[in-house]
Amino acid sequence: MGSAAAAAGGGVAASRQQPHCTFAAGGGMCRQRHRPHHRRWQQQQQQAVRYKAAYEAVIGIETHVQLGTKTKAFCSCASEFGAEPNSNVCPVCLGHPGTLPVLNGDMVHKAVLAGLALNARVSLESKFDRKQYFYPDLPKGYQISQYDVPLCEGGWVEVVVPPEQTGGQGVVRRIGVTRAHLEEDAGKLVHGGAASLSGSDYSLVDYNRAGVPLLEIVSEPDMRTGAEAAAYGAEIRRIMRFLGVSDGNMAEGSMRCDVNISVRPRGQAAFGTKVEIKNMNSFNAMQRAIDFEIARQVQLLEDGQAAAIVQETRLWDEGQQCTYSMRKKEGLADYRYFPEPDLPALVLNQAYLDEIQASMPELPRQVRERYLALGLSQYDVLVLSDERDVVAYFDAVLAAGAPPKPATNWVMGDVMAYCKEARLGWDALAERMAPTALAEMIGLIEDGTISGKIGKEVLPALLAGEGGSGSGVRAMVETRGLVQISDPAALAAIVDGVLSANPKQLQQYREGKPKLQGFFVGAVMKESKGRANPAELNRILMEQLNASPPA
Amino acid sequence: MFGMPTHTMPRRFITTGSLNAARLQIATRQMSATEVVRNYLSGLRRLEPQLNSFIAVDVEHALSQAAAIDNQLAKGEEIGPLAGVVMGIKDNLCTQGLQTTAGSKELRGYVPPYDATAVARLRAAGAVVVGKTNMDEFGMGSSCENSGFQPTFNPWDTDRVPGGSSGGSAAAVAANQCIAALGSDTGGSIRQPASFCGVVGVKPTYGRVSRNGLVAYASSLDCVGPIAQTVADAAAVLSVIAGPDSADATCSQRPSEDFTEGLVPLEQLSSKPLAGRRLAVIQETSGEGVAEALAAAIKHLQELGAEVSLTCFGVGLPAYYVIALSEASSNLSRYDGVRYGQRAEADELRSMYGKTRHNGLGSEVARRILMGTYALSAGYYDAYYKRAQQASSQKGGALWYSCGEMPRPLVRTLVQREMGSALQQYDALLCPAAPTAAYRVGEKTSDPLAMYKGDLMTVNLNLAGLPAVCLPCGFAEQPSGGTLPVGMQMIGRAFGEGDLLQLAHIFEQTAAVMALRRPAVYFEA
Repeated sequence: MGSAAAAAGGGVAASRQQPHCTFAAGGGMCRQRHRPHHRRWQQQQQQAVRYKAAYEAVIGIETHVQLGTKTKAFCSCASEFGAEPNSNVCPVCLGHPGTLPVLNGDMVHKAVLAGLALNARVSLESKFDRKQYFYPDLPKGYQISQYDVPLCEGGWVEVVVPPEQTGGQGVVRRIGVTRAHLEEDAGKLVHGGAASLSGSDYSLVDYNRAGVPLLEIVSEPDMRTGAEAAAYGAEIRRIMRFLGVSDGNMAEGSMRCDVNISVRPRGQAAFGTKVEIKNMNSFNAMQRAIDFEIARQVQLLEDGQAAAIVQETRLWDEGQQCTYSMRKKEGLADYRYFPEPDLPALVLNQAYLDEIQASMPELPRQVRERYLALGLSQYDVLVLSDERDVVAYFDAVLAAGAPPKPATNWVMGDVMAYCKEARLGWDALAERMAPTALAEMIGLIEDGTISGKIGKEVLPALLAGEGGSGSGVRAMVETRGLVQISDPAALAAIVDGVLSANPKQLQQYREGKPKLQGFFVGAVMKESKGRANPAELNRILMEQLNASPPA
Repeated sequence: MFGMPTHTMPRRFITTGSLNAARLQIATRQMSATEVVRNYLSGLRRLEPQLNSFIAVDVEHALSQAAAIDNQLAKGEEIGPLAGVVMGIKDNLCTQGLQTTAGSKELRGYVPPYDATAVARLRAAGAVVVGKTNMDEFGMGSSCENSGFQPTFNPWDTDRVPGGSSGGSAAAVAANQCIAALGSDTGGSIRQPASFCGVVGVKPTYGRVSRNGLVAYASSLDCVGPIAQTVADAAAVLSVIAGPDSADATCSQRPSEDFTEGLVPLEQLSSKPLAGRRLAVIQETSGEGVAEALAAAIKHLQELGAEVSLTCFGVGLPAYYVIALSEASSNLSRYDGVRYGQRAEADELRSMYGKTRHNGLGSEVARRILMGTYALSAGYYDAYYKRAQQASSQKGGALWYSCGEMPRPLVRTLVQREMGSALQQYDALLCPAAPTAAYRVGEKTSDPLAMYKGDLMTVNLNLAGLPAVCLPCGFAEQPSGGTLPVGMQMIGRAFGEGDLLQLAHIFEQTAAVMALRRPAVYFEA
């Protein structure tokens, strides 16, 4: 448990090894180093597929979520990311003699909210403990954590393993949450002269992160594939973001996943030897790291080298696309946990929990259920429910009266593309194009006032704010002369004009070149400046084209 | 009295004591604060070669504090309740801008960026902090011989120890190097040196005084309290430092009180001022004149009308050491040389840690860290720390014995329960603060267990979190000639410091144990 595990253990400098990508046992030689990475990766994938039938991986995840409080867990320093090194520090978080921790109430509030959202039991009485080890980033020589009486126990999250990973329909699974507990983060080491500790001339410590509040969420070993693990991680982050308790930013370290993984022959009840993987800064990387590690362990088992799978911590190397051994675990690390005497027991009352439960926002799972009930496809549901701001925007479009399916197409299509292109957040989008304006435009398409094609042309104006809150959209399309022409007489006149202007093509069509139909459609649309009602236009055009030529 | 009619004085000046005398001199402009402080500083420095009570003295700061008070008076401003009171601060209490080492070489040169809450409250009340008093390193010791810097000597006999760990504070107050001092008490560290040096020490209820800024030894036992020449002085200091503190989550929300308010002057006492009070003496084995001094004190209390019985409690000493050393092993982890204090040069992190701690921490501290680390280790935690802390139905084990009974299954909760129920029956419990009077320098340094056993009479109280006042109750004639003060603990109910101080004050006034007695090394202010 604990982010700190990386720092514990003996002979830090001596036991770190250079990255190497090989299935050779433990710290063996890099026999395959000369071969191109992608080929090796391919081979590994093939091996993984071959052995998939014979072996099963067991995966559990420890997720550290930084709770987005203004101040640190036990002192009043700001807990923001990216400040000048050692600028958010005080005697308490530097572990000066005589200083004492004082619990941040907002940390507890956010953790309780998260615990309830994870369907966990929140203990009315929990306590803090000291987890002890020496490392320069740990100011007090111990981390304040929760050991045997955590704040939350026994929850679950529902995850959807996306369709592209399972080939077809996404699979819905429930992953158990063993516990979630409060703890403080450690500081950060910056190694001078090298990217890692090995080879560096000196190390600097930044204590800005020391004492930042964390919620450690420990899953049951319920996952079997990298895709499931990635889906679990993504769902945890989604829940935390929906709750507003964490930004879940993996690159900034506000969400970190440590994966425990073992492999066993299918049908075997006992777990294989567990290996821990760290240092993945995206769910994509997590999935690849797990798939690599499964393949590595299976290969060792196949090669009769089961003993070469040892309890250790391995790091994911994004550049080399492999895991490598950071530290062997010689027996169980003894953290000498004991109750933190500087903090009284954390006692909550039911009214407090009830109040937080009552403030619970809609969670991703509930959004998914609601959207599925609207008749949206699972794929659309997953895309739309991924982010809270998208949900808010989409819901506002629906609330303004837009039918779900076209609303989905617009939001997931042009609008989402625009946001990506312009690197625009959905809350900022709402300020440019009010959801009501988009809904109004969708309404105009639905009632035939404008065509979908015109809709796409109108969109930039709406994104520039010209639609206002929506009431101006109809006036805008009218004044710009964009209203669709559905009047059969008007359309017939346009068709007549085009046919008589192109007698040669008309003759060829009628003599048996049906491919020219497209030419006429294009010409008629052009003539109508895109405003022709396509269905009606098509009907009239076909009528006229197929009519017997005048004698 | 100060030769002035009592009726013209505020109520708080009704009893003798250097604290009130100094404050009165300043308030009535008989002397300026600067004169008082200069006077004390000269005495302090004159006696220091014989006593070694101080690790650091801050003359400049003390004089500027005094000047500030004189300035306040000149402008006709109200001065604080401790204005001009010259105080020593045990070196494990953080003082902003003044080196704080907790008696450890590891922290040599460490200047805290903040004041301990108790220190800040003293300063706000006008007290003048003159320096930091010597102590056993991190509070680990009972003689001041475990200081990383120097031993302190007993003002009554400089061949003897002043007790510990607040030995510097007790010696300095006894010799009148300062008017009062702060000490800390984890297992007797205020009461035992107060007993050895013939001064008054108050170990408040756990949580009565904030621990913020107290260099932690054993967090669940540590208490900050005053050491003074009289009960009234101790009460005045306690009134200032007690009370809630948002910086200490274990500090009680109970507001402070004016503990001097309940003190009754001698001339207002009836002939039987303790009539109706029920006291109980805790049976202990003590020697070298201690038993006799206590017996005489008890007789005196009975003459004052108190009803005195005998009682006994189990021995919490083993449980105390398990808890204290376990917590200490954790609390002292931060002295790793990375952020402050002394750092040893080494090629590699582990050796830097090893060398830093080997060079900086003394052997007694190392021994206690090792024992505490062992007790918290996997496989031992349940057998030691957990059993020492909590009640358990488990049989056997030697962490707890009850007198006259078979060994019982352990623990801190039992001590709390036993003492708590005794205090429902009695107003206060009495016992010596140490089995003997001050012993000779070097007498017990080679036998740590003998030193630990000396804490027998004080540690139960820390396990139970209860308050006690230790005050002189008599003198023990030494076989080698000379007499040494003997202290008596009066143990009271949780947050019952007011009642205890009143009782102690009545005893002090009527028994007049210290009348005409002065230590061999003493500064006549």
